[in-house]
Amino acid sequence: MATDLVTLDSVTKTYSGITALDSVGFSIAAGEAVCLAGENGSGKSTLIKILAGVEQPDRGRIAFSGVVQGSLNPRLSAAAGIKVIFQDFSLFPNLTVAENIAFSAELGHGARLVRPVRVQDTARRTLARIGVDIPLHAAVETLSVAHKQLVAICRALATEARLIIMDEPTTALTEREVRVLLDIIRRLKADGVAVLFVSHKLAEVLEVCEKVVVLRNGAKVAEGPASDFDAASLTRHMTGRDLAEQPPAPLADTAAILMQVQGLHKSGAFCDVSFTLRAGEVLGVSGLLGSGRTALAKALFGLVAPERGQITLDGRSVPLGNPLAAAQAGIGYVPEDRLTEGLFLTQSILQNISIGRLDAHGRSGILDLGGLIDEARDWLKRLSVKAPDPDAPVRSLSGGNQQRVVLARWMARSPRVLVLNGPSVGVDVGSKAEIHGIIASLAAQGLGVIVISDDLPEVLSTCHRVLVMRAGAVVDDIPAGQITETALAHRLAS
Amino acid sequence: MTTLWTRNETLVALVIVAFCVLAAFSDPGFLSIATLTDLSRGGIVLGIFAVGALIVLISGGIDVSFTAIAAFTMYVTAMVLNAVMPWMPWWAALMMGMGIGACLGAINGVLIAVMGLPTLIVTLGTLSVFRGFMLTFIGQKQITTLPPGMREFGRMMVLRGENADGSFYSLHAAFLVTVLAVVLTWVILHRTMLGRQIFAIGGSVESARRIGINVRGVQFFVYVYVGVLAGLAGIIHASMARVANPFDLVGLELSVIAAVVLGGARLAGGHGTLTGTVLGVALIVLVRNSLIVLGIPSTWQSVAIGVLILIGTGLPAWQAKRAAARAA
Repeated sequence: MATDLVTLDSVTKTYSGITALDSVGFSIAAGEAVCLAGENGSGKSTLIKILAGVEQPDRGRIAFSGVVQGSLNPRLSAAAGIKVIFQDFSLFPNLTVAENIAFSAELGHGARLVRPVRVQDTARRTLARIGVDIPLHAAVETLSVAHKQLVAICRALATEARLIIMDEPTTALTEREVRVLLDIIRRLKADGVAVLFVSHKLAEVLEVCEKVVVLRNGAKVAEGPASDFDAASLTRHMTGRDLAEQPPAPLADTAAILMQVQGLHKSGAFCDVSFTLRAGEVLGVSGLLGSGRTALAKALFGLVAPERGQITLDGRSVPLGNPLAAAQAGIGYVPEDRLTEGLFLTQSILQNISIGRLDAHGRSGILDLGGLIDEARDWLKRLSVKAPDPDAPVRSLSGGNQQRVVLARWMARSPRVLVLNGPSVGVDVGSKAEIHGIIASLAAQGLGVIVISDDLPEVLSTCHRVLVMRAGAVVDDIPAGQITETALAHRLAS
Repeated sequence: MTTLWTRNETLVALVIVAFCVLAAFSDPGFLSIATLTDLSRGGIVLGIFAVGALIVLISGGIDVSFTAIAAFTMYVTAMVLNAVMPWMPWWAALMMGMGIGACLGAINGVLIAVMGLPTLIVTLGTLSVFRGFMLTFIGQKQITTLPPGMREFGRMMVLRGENADGSFYSLHAAFLVTVLAVVLTWVILHRTMLGRQIFAIGGSVESARRIGINVRGVQFFVYVYVGVLAGLAGIIHASMARVANPFDLVGLELSVIAAVVLGGARLAGGHGTLTGTVLGVALIVLVRNSLIVLGIPSTWQSVAIGVLILIGTGLPAWQAKRAAARAA
């Protein structure tokens, strides 16, 4: 057997007393794809940093092609052909595709002057190597996420990459884009390039992987050929518990009608949508990208103004196209992209929760700060947000905890109906299950919950009923217990 | 090409043409070599400043201290040369200006690149410190007798001629310095890896760090380079005005940045062209010089320039926003 490209042997790393990695060891052979799975905080990022030479392990050995490395630094790692593609791709949005691809290579050549011809050549060659065609002169900021990722892969390839580490490679991609990516990975493997996928969402890349390594709390808990794993067993290893989710308890027939939507219409977005939501019901709205599900979600909260139609809550009509009125009527909305739409990232956790309650704690124009903060702390506890310091900026929290903060903000206003758009996008498996638990308990308290999602297992395990949207129209209204995932997927697409 | 019409450069160029047509109608004498040389003369110092401001904006920073660097440099150079080395030739005065400018720029560079402080705050601080230091410790009196080298430079012309009506026109030699500064900066920005790294840092500092760009080194270069240009502009300003007035120049910095932004550079960094910068400067000089020709009171200048900035930067931003809204 040939020497492995990278060998890790009992690598240990502690940060101020906390063990981030505990004697982790595995190896990657040339042309091999390895899945490194683990939840947030399992030590994945630390491992990437150690391989990239950014962090030094406290103990343990790292060998490249059988040669044990002393102390690594980013330059040595890069010279050994280890390239990390970060989740944000680390590209230069203002520069062209060609320049982005060739930038590291040119820096590596020690070039002082720009060699436009060589830059173009490098870019064309590497793009051809993975068999994709992206205009060389386009500015990277104008590309789609999938294309940006390909440019990042090309940049790694342009500098003699032998191991490409991809951090959360599929989070932002559509299903079709994931398939294109997998094809490219197959080509790279055939070229002898090794790939290390690092993610908490790995089921989709399993098919191109030879090996799976699972980390939990800094320790390796499972390792084996990829064929031994499936989505369920990965989840079990990552979380250390079975997360087989139970469908929600059936709704009592006597549950009162809470919200009624009639003939909601906006040309080009959704047409003549009508449905009812009962107290304690979790209603799923599913559809492919572009089916109008997001526009509908926004319309329910007044962020998008429908041309006609009616929304009534508790028998009272809710003004359309007015988020403030919708919030006062008791509708809450948790946006899909909580980073840009839902949170004040640089402000503290407490401020983020209490921002919606300023009015309630005002006494003739003066803010009762103590009461406001006590209430926010209470919600942090009730939704079990793991925050070491409630005064820390929300940005410092993990995805799952950020989502809880958004929920806490709405819960503090005691809404009647909560519209959750993509409630578990970008959170890890364990947090996802907990968010689903929160949804169930909200419904049990008599709230109406609308879950907008294209994550079908999520829809099926949290909702009583699913509305299927296609081209702006609700085409199906199915009790969730009566349809399988495959059948539902078929309905979405047909 | 559709992008051509949404670019700031096109817009600014069109406004310039419209302005010239308007001016030519109200004063047939407007379209003459004399006007052109007047405008060129007006753009010399502004142009050098603008090139410096552009390179900082591209790197993702902002520098408001360059006018203070220029004033400090011209005053100290004139004073030192008068006192110690009056025999120094004109080019030595320029070199000395660049040297002092580089030192002051390096102070910005240390604070920004090495210590990692925010650029606006640092340069607001140094603007005040450089100016205050000069006025307190060096002097407040105008130096009306410049050293012979600077006087000689002040009289150098590359072009001289007589109009039909018997008046004279001339193009100052310093115009060539501005041209040289533009060309040199273009070469740095577009033909050296250093220049591409400046763009890269302006695009994303984090990404630049990750692929191994020496961010501190590049930033340090940028602020020193701006200092050099500012020092140069200071000497040229004093030589052409034939007086070193310590109260001159400071106050111009926002107009300069406005000219650069008008030419399409983005305050967020990573974007900007020299063509746009030159056009932006041309437009601002044109407005300053020719509103008088058009018989509009000079107090309207600042209103006109302000409106141009609002339209020139607002329109493309608005278009971009509309395009984004349509795409969503």
